[in-house]
Parts: sequence; C-alpha cells; structure tokens
Amino acid sequence: MIKVRVENLKKSFGNLEVLKEINLEVHEGEVVCLIGPSGSGKSTFLRCLNKLEEPTGGSVIVDDYDLMAKTSDINKIRENIGMVFQQFNLFPHLTVMQNIMLAPVDRKRMTKNEAEEKAKRLLERVGLLDKADAYPTSLSGGQQQRVAIARALAMEPDIMLFDEPTSALDPEMVGEVLDVMKKLAADGMTMIVVTHEMGFAREVADRVIFMDGGYIVEQGTPEEVFGNPQNKRTQDFLNKVL
Amino acid sequence: MGEFFVNVWDVVVSFLQYAVSIAPRLFEGLKLTAGMTVCSLFLGIIIGLISCLFSISRMKVLNAISGVYLSVIRGTPLMVQAVFIYFGLTGALDIRIQPFPAAVIVLMLNAGAYLSEIFRSGINAVNKGQMEAARSLGLPHGVAMRKVILPQAIRIVIPSVTNQFIITLKDTSILSTIGVGELMRQSNLIVSSNFRGFETYAIVAFWYYILVIILTKLFQILERRLAN
Repeated sequence: MIKVRVENLKKSFGNLEVLKEINLEVHEGEVVCLIGPSGSGKSTFLRCLNKLEEPTGGSVIVDDYDLMAKTSDINKIRENIGMVFQQFNLFPHLTVMQNIMLAPVDRKRMTKNEAEEKAKRLLERVGLLDKADAYPTSLSGGQQQRVAIARALAMEPDIMLFDEPTSALDPEMVGEVLDVMKKLAADGMTMIVVTHEMGFAREVADRVIFMDGGYIVEQGTPEEVFGNPQNKRTQDFLNKVL
Repeated sequence: MGEFFVNVWDVVVSFLQYAVSIAPRLFEGLKLTAGMTVCSLFLGIIIGLISCLFSISRMKVLNAISGVYLSVIRGTPLMVQAVFIYFGLTGALDIRIQPFPAAVIVLMLNAGAYLSEIFRSGINAVNKGQMEAARSLGLPHGVAMRKVILPQAIRIVIPSVTNQFIITLKDTSILSTIGVGELMRQSNLIVSSNFRGFETYAIVAFWYYILVIILTKLFQILERRLAN
C-alpha cells in the first residue's frame, strides 16, 4: 500500500527554486533515507510532506489525504505524520511526561490516563522511563532526541519523518538515537529519514535516495546506491563522505 | 559642636513630625494612586494582549488596527491624551465623566500600547522550532500558541513588563492634571496651603519609592516562581 505519493513537487523561496519536479512513492513499512549535499533540498522536501513548508506546485498525497486540497484539515493529517527535528524542539516549560502527553490529550486521541500509560510505555521503549518527571534542559542531547521520538510516537502516527535527527548530537550520543530508530524500523514503521549517517542508511534503509540541486538524482537499494552508484554526482558525493 | 548635633536633631524631629501630620492626606492620595495603577494595568494587559494578537495576525485589517493604535498612543504625550479625553472629548460629545475613570482609560490605553509591543517581542523571542514542533503534532495554531508559545513568552517578558508597570505607576502622577486626587495632587494641595515644598515633595517622592519597591519585589517573587 502506498503511504506517500509525491508528484511534480516544486518549492521556491522567492526566486530561489529549491525543489524542482520531485516524484516519489513510499510504501507502507518502507524506510527511505534521503542523502545529499547541504542545500540540495532534502530538508525542504521532508518539510513539504507535512506542510511545514507550503509547496509551490505539484501534489503531495499522504495516507490518501491530499495535502494541497483546500478542504483538507492539515491538523488532522499531521496527527498521522510524526516528525523529529534536528534541534529536538522539546517544550522546555513542560516535563518529559507533559511533553509526550500534550498532543494526545489536547487532540482527544486519549484520555489523560490512557495518555499517561502510553507515555510510560514509550519512555520505556526509548529507555528513559526514569526521566519522566525531568525537564528537557536537564537531559543530554541524545536523551532529548529520544524523548522527541517518543513524543512524536504518542500520536500513534503511520509515518515518521526524521530531519537530520543526529546532526546536533555529540558523537557518543548518535548511537543511542540510531538504535531507537532501528527498532522502530524493525517494528514496521514507515520512515523517511534525512541523514548524513551513511552507516545507518546502508544498514536500515530499504531505499536510498540521493538528492542534489532540487532533483532526485539517483535512487535504489543501499547496495545499488552505495555499492555501484550510476550518476557522476552521486559518485562524487559518496567519495567525499565515505 | 554639641549644639550643632542638637540643631540637626531638632530638624530631623520636626521633619518626621511633619511627615506624620500630612500622612493621612497623602494616604488618601496613595489609595487612589494604587487603585488607578491596578485598574489600568489589569485592563492594559487585556488590551495589550488583544493588540499584540492583532499585530501578529495574518489578517491585514487587524494589523492595521493595531498599528494605528500603537502609533497614535506612542506618538503623543500622556498628558495631552489625558486632557484631550477629559476636557476635549467630554466637551465635544457633551458627556460627563469622573476624573478617576477618565484617568484609568488614559493609562490603560497607554500601558496597553507598550505592553502590546513587549508581548510581541516575547512571542518572537520563542524559538521558531517550538511552533513547528507543536504544529507537527497536529495542534492547531491557537492551541500551539496558548500551550507552547505563550507560557515561554511570559517568562521572557517579565522583566520588561515589570518596567512598564513601574512606568505606569509613576505616570499616575501626571493625571493630577485632570483633578484625580492622587498622591501628586494631594502634595500640590498641601504645598499651596503651607509653602513647605522641600519637605512635602521629598516625602511624596519617598512614598512613590516605597510603592515601586513593593511592585518590584512582587515581580521578583513571580519571576522566581515561574522559573520552576
């Protein structure tokens, strides 16, 4: 089943054309990693998938909902699309528990008790149950990002978007976040991940997409893209980062 | 030498006696000053919040309303606003209004305009990622504002709001012009009857000072409370 269908997606900031003609289909349970040089449009593309950026043209269909249609309730659609940010973006005035429970309770997905149960299970899953009553600022970067993942999962989304989730972390904390993501992938979550972690992409991705200059330049299985890249730009990029 | 100290002592005693003797009248004024401050700040916060929300709204009409309000209030002196509303407007519209409510209206409009900009700066100071994270969870804009942005903005603006509260408290003295019997007016009346300007104004300054200190302390406590 197709979870995300993107056709002719375009995005410009003023005169700057960041995305040009992007087409992509992502199937249920698939893990797609987006790689490419900075400024290639990876993050912008990801942010178009939950309309944090308004596409300039084309169509984005997620879970059979057309994001571009005027009649679509974007808040309803976003409830099914979790997002994890490079800078974690936890709410500093709320405890870890309150961070996770805010959206499910406010959107009436769950009662307060259910949300609390759910939050505890999620914290256990990311290994941070003992931090339930802590404030985000008292946590390490890796811990904050794991809480952010738990917060996104609390809405029980069908799709998870990751925007360079390990780029702001100290090297020794990258592993703990990637481990959580690996578990999530193994559990069958549909994931689209913008990353610079080539090891993660190689190990976990079903499909690797190389973007450059606002286009999808090349895509395929990790073996194909990393082992035998066809495009000159992909080869250049991989030579630099591997 | 001993005589000198006796003289100084006499001066101090007579000063204190004078302070006590005018205290009841000044206290009447102080009650009005405090009442005016509390009423106009309470209403000013509400107006400031509304104006702030207008100014960050995506609707151009609301932006314009807030813009005109801010520029008129900030562009004209408080005293001119006070006499315009109390003497000018009431005359032109042929209505009667008591000095106290007129003073509260003027101060409220004034504080509201400055608070509006303080609130706006606080909201802008909250990291952009906070709104994005809230929206990505499916929270509507209004909910994200109320539950994520505003609680953080409030902490950021407390020092500036304290400042504005102090300014408004002291600005009440300007309203003596339209005949509110507050602290400043009481002291003017006293001086015009006994010509003891030096002592009287020194004592009044002291009373204002005490009021400001109390206000400042209250906000320090609030600030500490909000810092978890």
